[in-house]
Amino acid sequence: MPNNMIDIVHLNKYFGDLHVLKDVSLSVREGEKVVLIGPSGSGKSTLIRSINWLEEPSSGEVRINGELMTKKNHLEITRKYTSMVFQQFNLYPNMTVMGNLTLAPIKLQKKTREEAEAEAMRSLKRVGLAHKADEYPQNLSGGQQQRVAIARALCTKQPIMLLDEPTSALDPEMVNEVLNVMVELAQENITMICVTHEMGFARQVADRIVFMEDGQILEEGTPEHFFTHPDNPRCQAFLDKIL
Amino acid sequence: MELFNPERWAATLANTDLLWQGFLFTIEVSLAGLLVSLLVGTLLGVFSTTQSRVLRGISRVYVEFFQNTPIVVQVFFVYTAGPMLLQAITGAEHVVRIAPFVLVVICVGLYHGAYVAEVIRTGIEAIPRGQMEGAQSQGFTRVQAYRYVILPQTFRIILPPLANQALNLVKNTSVLALIAGGDLMYQADILVADSGYLQGYIVCCAMYFLICFPIAMLVTWLEKRSRAPRKARRTATAGATEAEV
Repeated sequence: MPNNMIDIVHLNKYFGDLHVLKDVSLSVREGEKVVLIGPSGSGKSTLIRSINWLEEPSSGEVRINGELMTKKNHLEITRKYTSMVFQQFNLYPNMTVMGNLTLAPIKLQKKTREEAEAEAMRSLKRVGLAHKADEYPQNLSGGQQQRVAIARALCTKQPIMLLDEPTSALDPEMVNEVLNVMVELAQENITMICVTHEMGFARQVADRIVFMEDGQILEEGTPEHFFTHPDNPRCQAFLDKIL
Repeated sequence: MELFNPERWAATLANTDLLWQGFLFTIEVSLAGLLVSLLVGTLLGVFSTTQSRVLRGISRVYVEFFQNTPIVVQVFFVYTAGPMLLQAITGAEHVVRIAPFVLVVICVGLYHGAYVAEVIRTGIEAIPRGQMEGAQSQGFTRVQAYRYVILPQTFRIILPPLANQALNLVKNTSVLALIAGGDLMYQADILVADSGYLQGYIVCCAMYFLICFPIAMLVTWLEKRSRAPRKARRTATAGATEAEV
């Protein structure tokens, strides 16, 4: 499987007795933009969090660029291939924006401070926040914090970006500034998996939309197919509810 | 009123050499006790946040025991039982005397270690789980995440209550007087007993105040600082302005 960036194969995940992911398989090509949607509790977040081992699979496989993820090598693979943007930003409040962006490059990628800071400034410019480099995250608005989090994910230069409901914790008036950055990102060759409820974004950037419910993938397809004539009635029901 | 009798004050103040000796001794005991309590407390505090049930259990039992029994009883017990225990362990002919300094350092250290453990535990637990996840999503190991992300954030939270523990610890070293320890309280007691002038106790209080009040000010300052928002910092690289964006 030369072109698949991510292969999830027969993945199961239990939380105690709760069966959260039920034999899920999903492959994502290099550069593909996949949007995961579905009602809350459907397992979307657990699935995306399995890709960087924040959730350890109960059974099944996750392969990144062909490499099987294991308990031993997951950090190494994470460093090499994935970055993540969280609903709650998870910026480090004890560091400035610049500190947030340069910690991993300096400590993990062994870059010099000058290199790391130059790269961080490039990332910050892309999200329009170069002038906030010296601020602490908590002095920024939610939308700005999330853009910083995206910049932090960008400046480590992994080929896969995972976004777990990046706009769900934001005030409505801040959603667009973050979506705009994400749309712009999607122009690039980066492989992107995004859990979101923003259907406009999904329609605009997704190569493929994956609909999940009850721990299973019920429908996959292009936005065109998905929004106009989904095959699965539960998918149609979900769309009726939110659109 | 004899309390304001200038002669008695003069006599007391002319006789403070031993008090100052006790003062220094109390500071030494406090510093050593604080060190022990920080070591014990950090270890047990980290224990209580691990996944291991055994370690959490050890920490819980320890903390509950020391927090719910009086330090005076603990000191008396160690004072009496300690030498016998040491004799049994070392096989010596006579009971092994423990220097009052060592004894109180151990007792105060262990006692306040229980409180320090709770401070450390709450400090670590106050950090949202997302911080660890953010660090792990970047590829940091758990140990690295603790070192670069979690622990630096706990310092801000735990420093005020830790300083508060230091303050209580200083005052609790006065139990040393009960076992003839040579500390400030003990020296004051002797002075008062010899002269019959209560002024010795007042001077003694003033000397404790001399140690404790600065610590109390430190607590207040640390608390204020831990609530203050972090301000932007100018670094060499961030010369960018709004206009460049």
